[in-house]
Amino acid sequence: MTRKTKLATFVALVTWALPATADPDPTNWAAILEEAQGQTVYWHAWGGSTATNDFIAWAGEQIKETYDVTLEHVKLADTADAVTRVLSEKQAGRDDDGAVDMIWINGPNFAAMKEADLLFGPFAESLPNWQFVDVEGKAVQTDFTVPTEGFEAPWAMAQVVFMHDTDDLPDALPNVEAILDWATANPGRFTYPQPPDFLGTTFLKQVLIDLTDNDAILSQPVDTANYEAVTDPLWDFLDQLTPHLWRSGTVYPTTGPAQLQLIANDEVDLAISFSPGEATTAIANGQLPPSVRTFVLEDGTLGNASFVAIPYNSGAKAGAMVLANFLMSPKAQLRAQDPEILGYGTVLDVEALPETDRAAFAALDLGIATLTPEELGQVRPEPHPSWMIRIAEDWSERYGAGR
Amino acid sequence: MFLPVGAGLMGAVFPAFGYLPPAGLTEFSLAPVKALFDWPGLGVASRLSLTTGLLATLIALSIVTLVLAGWSGTKPFRALERLLSPLLAVPHAAAAFGLAFLIAPSGWLSRLLSPAATGWDKPPDLVILQDPYGLSMTAGLVAKEVPFLLLMALAAIGQSDARRRVRVAQALGYGRVTGWLKSVFPAIYAQIRLPVYVVLAYSMSTVDVALILGPTLPPPLSVQVVRWMNDPDLTMRLVASAGALMQLGLVLAALLVWRVGELIVQRLGDVWVLSGRRGARADIFLRPLGLLAGLITAISLIIGLAGLAIWSVSGFWGFPAPLPDQFTLRGWSRNLDGLIDTTVTTFLIAFAATGIAVLLVVGCLEAEFRRSRPITRRGIWLIYLPLLIPQIAFLPGLQTLLLSLGGKDGLAPVVATHVVFVLPYVFLSLGDPWRAWDRRHAVVAAGLGSGQTDIFWRVRLPMMLRPILTAAAVGLAVSIGQYLPTLLVGGGRVSTLTTEAVALAAGGDRRTIGIYAVAQTAVVMLPFALALAIPALMWRNRRGLHG
Repeated sequence: MTRKTKLATFVALVTWALPATADPDPTNWAAILEEAQGQTVYWHAWGGSTATNDFIAWAGEQIKETYDVTLEHVKLADTADAVTRVLSEKQAGRDDDGAVDMIWINGPNFAAMKEADLLFGPFAESLPNWQFVDVEGKAVQTDFTVPTEGFEAPWAMAQVVFMHDTDDLPDALPNVEAILDWATANPGRFTYPQPPDFLGTTFLKQVLIDLTDNDAILSQPVDTANYEAVTDPLWDFLDQLTPHLWRSGTVYPTTGPAQLQLIANDEVDLAISFSPGEATTAIANGQLPPSVRTFVLEDGTLGNASFVAIPYNSGAKAGAMVLANFLMSPKAQLRAQDPEILGYGTVLDVEALPETDRAAFAALDLGIATLTPEELGQVRPEPHPSWMIRIAEDWSERYGAGR
Repeated sequence: MFLPVGAGLMGAVFPAFGYLPPAGLTEFSLAPVKALFDWPGLGVASRLSLTTGLLATLIALSIVTLVLAGWSGTKPFRALERLLSPLLAVPHAAAAFGLAFLIAPSGWLSRLLSPAATGWDKPPDLVILQDPYGLSMTAGLVAKEVPFLLLMALAAIGQSDARRRVRVAQALGYGRVTGWLKSVFPAIYAQIRLPVYVVLAYSMSTVDVALILGPTLPPPLSVQVVRWMNDPDLTMRLVASAGALMQLGLVLAALLVWRVGELIVQRLGDVWVLSGRRGARADIFLRPLGLLAGLITAISLIIGLAGLAIWSVSGFWGFPAPLPDQFTLRGWSRNLDGLIDTTVTTFLIAFAATGIAVLLVVGCLEAEFRRSRPITRRGIWLIYLPLLIPQIAFLPGLQTLLLSLGGKDGLAPVVATHVVFVLPYVFLSLGDPWRAWDRRHAVVAAGLGSGQTDIFWRVRLPMMLRPILTAAAVGLAVSIGQYLPTLLVGGGRVSTLTTEAVALAAGGDRRTIGIYAVAQTAVVMLPFALALAIPALMWRNRRGLHG
């Protein structure tokens, strides 16, 4: 099956779309608040992290109190489950009151759903708290190079950092070649999540951008670039690295957080993370030893925003918008950035906030293992989503199921 | 039973050949099948499914047979039985987590021996969990299926006149194990054959145990099918459907292989029996082996659960510390609200599904009794169909069907789907005791002027209280342990302890995993405890009913 026929399927789906009845108007905030009262929002969000689950529960209490909107967190093992659900409902002709009201979505799933017209919007840039969002300095209007066009609202910033146990690996490693050298000298002490897990493919992309140093090519769809030549250094790198990985590359952790347990068990000394504050939060929770610190690569690391989107057939669109707006509020953003709570980067332009909010952000102790915004350095943009799909497929052929 | 399975299967057959009208795909094609065969992991994934399934079934059956042959009727046996039967209640996911923590290179066994005995101050870089041959997964399945098969075999022993047969054999000079194998085993195996098939089909297509203990490069076929099913790209659902049919084919093939194996064993067994060898020496070796295997099974489950319980209250717990640095209830308190909500939902579904299943089974058995015509062989197969067909083969189709019938999400469709899986187990647990009921009680009651209905309510039902409660406890356990049906039919909106536990497994936070595994086990143990306690309380002045 070629990628083109896959695309054709989605296009076919588009033609099946029926306009939903009486959607709320995102520009009329007063009407939205009124309509949202008493609604229940089923937020389908990854449920693998206790810290995130607690934060979502807190957000639920807040919007219940302030707006009389009830939040039910549907804990997913995989974001794709929610997408599948919306697709099934579309197949079954259920065009309103679907099971999913909001999804914590990632780039590839967003691209697929937007393409297939499965999303409600545009709404994000009409929300009151959009005014605080850092449109200039942060990539909050594109998701994996796909323009968001208001079909999803940002709620957290993420950037690749490496967590290292300083008892065994005291110093930061400047680039991926140094990681290879260190891993070769210390066999079995490094691994990464198994692709197609998003953090696993993130590691592969990070290696690729660090080795090729050509962001312009990577921002193009994979078909237009010379894929073989561009990815050659990556496969060469992995050929050298794999025999020295944890379990010699016969087993990989299935997710990012599973790596935390490996460091805690002293099975590995180095792990990739997409959340600069994750290590501090995990130390506070007793999930990581206190000796863990983080570093970034000299030439910068991948960064992107976490978004929420609303399916076209949600029965609680107003409630979902209230929640999306709340997640972008200084109050929620401050709590999310607190490393004792979640340690996620803010999507807001802190300098432009009202004085009291700015002071609160400034007063935040980022914690023992979190780098300051300056230390995080240069953020490098995500490649086009087609790279991730192709690289994950090839990885599976070379090192995964096809070994 | 045929209806949901059949409808669900249809929902897999058509997409497997490219037919999915809502997606605009109305032309039959072999593309999905071709895509399936193009997947580089197919060979290994299929082989894994077959080997783990056959091996787990064979080992579990051997352990149960050895234990029964060597020890049934003895004191150590009763102790082992008491140790094992509550373990039937341990949910698969919890048992798998427990075992994983026990045998991992950084697990409890290794911690207890390190660094003193092993010299390890770091865990060794060994592939023990998720090994490419699926051996740890097989071990997990064995540990979980031994209690089930043992209980099924115990029910069968009651009707096989085992004690006298063994006594006769021993009087003729046969060793204990040999005598049992030659005179009792054939009669028992005939009765537990269907449960054995269920174990085989389950072991080949399990998703939750495979996710926790199984290899990932590639995973067993069932896990890969779930992955395809969850792919945002709709065309992958066609491949998933083709994979589901492949899984079905593998299970049918394995059942066939097993059946052929049965015939061969039967032939060889006949020769062996006729040879008249007494095998008295074999006892020296086989009896301790059976006891040891049984003990290892029980103890590894129990210690695994104990490890999870400790994780649930641990602060930082590094290697090689045998116990955590600090203990804290923080994990429990931050999860408490969610735990209470999901526990309520879990019980609600389990009680509704089990209630319906018990009513149906009792009605069915009573009708059978009154007509004096036992259910036909084909009828039995139909009841067990949902257990013999891999869940992943028909649940997605069923989900789409329920949706297009306009079914809302929520508890009702989930309960209905659970009944499909609970009913066979209730039938399995209740059928034999019900049939073994002494008809003479009915004759006496009829002689005293009672009608059929009176006999049912006032004689049979009270006497059957213990078996009914036990069957209900089994039903509750089955319902509580369901992962895929709850996830797929509930549309993700219905979260139970099991769906939460497996979702949390993705995060790898052992504290939270421990909390949910402990909660999951506790809610299943409770009904079993009640099933024991209620008859004892109600009939405390009727010794004959204590069974």
